[in-house]
Amino acid sequence: MTVKTAVNLRRISQLLFFLVFFWLILKTNFEVNFTPENVSNIQLPYPVSIALEFSPLTAMGTFLANGTVFKGLLWSLVILIPTIFLGKFFCGWVCPLGTLNHWLSEFRSERLSRRGLKKIESNRYKSYQKIKYYLFFILIGAALMGVLQIGLFDPLSFLARSIGTVVLPMLHHTADSINSFFKSFGFPPLSSLSQSVYDTIAPAILTFRKAHFHTIITIGTFFLAVLVMNRIYTRFWCRGICPLGAMLGLFSRYAIFGLEKNAATCDNCMKCAAHCQGADGPEVTEKWRQSECVLCLNCLDSCPNNSLTFKFFPELAGAPQKPSSTQKIDITRRKTIASVAGGLALFPLFRSSDGFNVNPDPSVIRPPGAVPEDDFLARCIRCGQCMRVCPNNALHPTLFEAGLEGMWSPIMIPRIGYCEPTCTLCGEVCPTGAILQLTQKEKAGDENTPPNRVGTAFIDRSRCLPWAMARPCIVCEEWCPTSPKTIYLREETVYDSNGNPVEVKQPYINPDLCTGCGACEYACPVIDKPAVYVTSIGESRSKENQIILQRQGIG
Amino acid sequence: MERRDFIKKTGKALALAAITGGTGFAFHNFDTAHYSVPAVKKTSFSIAPDSSFPQIALAENVDHAAALNRALDALGGIKRFVKPGERVTIKPNVGWDRAPSQAADTNPVLVGEMVRLCFAAGASSVIVSDISCNDPRRCFLRSGIREAAERAGANVILPTDEDFITIDLKGEILTAWPVLKYFVDTDRLINMPIVKQHSLSSCTIAMKNLYGILGGPRNRLHQSIDQSIVDLAVFCPPTLTVVDATRVLMRGGPQGGSLNDVAIQNSVICATDQVAADARASEFLGLKPENVGHIALAAKSGLGQIDYRAAGYKELLS
Repeated sequence: MTVKTAVNLRRISQLLFFLVFFWLILKTNFEVNFTPENVSNIQLPYPVSIALEFSPLTAMGTFLANGTVFKGLLWSLVILIPTIFLGKFFCGWVCPLGTLNHWLSEFRSERLSRRGLKKIESNRYKSYQKIKYYLFFILIGAALMGVLQIGLFDPLSFLARSIGTVVLPMLHHTADSINSFFKSFGFPPLSSLSQSVYDTIAPAILTFRKAHFHTIITIGTFFLAVLVMNRIYTRFWCRGICPLGAMLGLFSRYAIFGLEKNAATCDNCMKCAAHCQGADGPEVTEKWRQSECVLCLNCLDSCPNNSLTFKFFPELAGAPQKPSSTQKIDITRRKTIASVAGGLALFPLFRSSDGFNVNPDPSVIRPPGAVPEDDFLARCIRCGQCMRVCPNNALHPTLFEAGLEGMWSPIMIPRIGYCEPTCTLCGEVCPTGAILQLTQKEKAGDENTPPNRVGTAFIDRSRCLPWAMARPCIVCEEWCPTSPKTIYLREETVYDSNGNPVEVKQPYINPDLCTGCGACEYACPVIDKPAVYVTSIGESRSKENQIILQRQGIG
Repeated sequence: MERRDFIKKTGKALALAAITGGTGFAFHNFDTAHYSVPAVKKTSFSIAPDSSFPQIALAENVDHAAALNRALDALGGIKRFVKPGERVTIKPNVGWDRAPSQAADTNPVLVGEMVRLCFAAGASSVIVSDISCNDPRRCFLRSGIREAAERAGANVILPTDEDFITIDLKGEILTAWPVLKYFVDTDRLINMPIVKQHSLSSCTIAMKNLYGILGGPRNRLHQSIDQSIVDLAVFCPPTLTVVDATRVLMRGGPQGGSLNDVAIQNSVICATDQVAADARASEFLGLKPENVGHIALAAKSGLGQIDYRAAGYKELLS
């Protein structure tokens, strides 16, 4: 195989994995075309979160945090084991965020300052590249204590979250705006053309219900920053930040595959350095850094004298003046220990703050099937798949509701969408078991099984129409899905502003029955601040967060 | 400064000032409010009364499709209601994500049979649609209505924002309101409700089922539920009302959930008088129609006969 072929293979591989990743997120979506035969257990046709299960960082982090390697996370060995022998092929050939960074870094522009000597200089190893190792150690230290922050930086979680909760909803909004712009002229041929184009692309790209996510400006800004940094430093994220890259770098320490340099034929043209993606020193005058190399093969491709080869068991002491032996990873033992210690310290820092067990925020209504909060925080990688798949747009990323520790973890905001009693999709897509997959029966309950509860509803009598305004309403009771209904009514005579008696039915909550689904809050006509609202108390997953002493009836 | 320069500079400044000022004045808006409503379309789908047929018939049969056919034949058969080439819209109740046995949505067997009958009578197209409360995809799927209607050849439409038009309903409560266009832009409208208990309106049967053609802030209508139901019934009286009383939801309506709340009645009512249909069907729930606010109000408004026997009620028991 020639070098050209190998480089083209790498390009195809990058494109393919990127498209597969994007497609899987598109398919993390409740679609209409299910056959009626399996109505009782509606499931997604593809394992849409499988891409996330290939991250060794997610597997290792969740393993350290909760002691288990959840279901499909074993797939990550498919990446990790070959990395031990080959080096960081994942970064250069597979990682969709790496690919995106690669494209944006190399995207040609007249104004791009990285040209000629400047480009060579920018591709020299810089000391900022060691940040990723220390970040990795901080995250590992935190994970050891059950504080799982790796999801914020894991490239697969990061990209899934950014695409699912920011890019795709933005795309939806943009498509709608363009369509209504063309229709605003009121010229029928143009309107129908615009609509037919829209109708053609909509089923493939857009969700059935347009999503509006809480606090995604923070996610979007982070994503935008990572993309923009590529224009200043080639693959800034990959070189400097990515803790998965750091982990794979550490694991490739004993790799048997590597770069062999032939100083005899090299004429120091430096073309290899000019095209290097990893800033790993491919030129003869530098020591090659295996832990930084993403195996993009650009150095081989650009070398006019074939002085460079990738091979098994390379001769690492080839160059006479400066041996091209592999550099050790540029980290010190002291700083590594300090980083781990810093990560460990995050645990008491987060947990001695309020908001976790003491004074928790009532709006932290976790998805149905979520495990208890300490385990939840040891599993959730904030990939946003549950938010993306929720057909009702009920699940949203938090900002600080669940503390800084739980940033971007999912909560339900019933005002935007409630939890459908028969739906179990969020548990189905969760890659780490933070949300367990419930069966239909476990979710909705039956004669012998208690339903899964996420909270309890409360009536705000100062805003409720029959309570405060002498008007009939009871929309909440109509929407209440439990049987018998959680919301019960009592007829009462109240008086309007003229002193005339009005017969109204006033709603009450039966806490024995409420599952906290939020349908009442969603449907309440007092739309700005609903007169019936749900808070997390009564949730099945918690022993402490309860109101009533003993439930009447089933569970 | 040269004279030429002076003229050039001043000229450019004046031109920019003129453009700026002109733009401001050109787009200056003197209106205080915008309120426009499209012209009202024909919305009454009712057909001329024919004294040779009763206005309401009830058939009971464990074979629900057969019950529908018998009741419909008593009213003159499908050919009286659907003429060849006509477009038909069927409005079942597909409000909730429930299975047929739970009696929250119209029996899919009846919907499928109705679609088949319409095509047999020569309908050019049959649309089945509703504005569900729960996720419409789940509602149409779990209720079995999507499958039954599509198998019979109907076009099942889950509404999107594009499908609404704002119309002046000219009611006392309902004025300008977004309406699902398929219920207005059609030749024949067949209302296919199911009989359910409702805590505010006592029951939700035929006239209340028309709520499902409305978009907008429907949840506010409860504040004047009787008048808004009657407004709708006046706005678009259907060609035919087919009441599904095969399973009746006695409690926990309109959503139900427990099979303990369902009473098996195996009955189908066909009617050209929607008030009479509501009056008869409300008896399944143990109600007296005179005591049901919206039925009494509709009768008072001259929409139909609350004494369904006076409408030539015919009962066909198996």
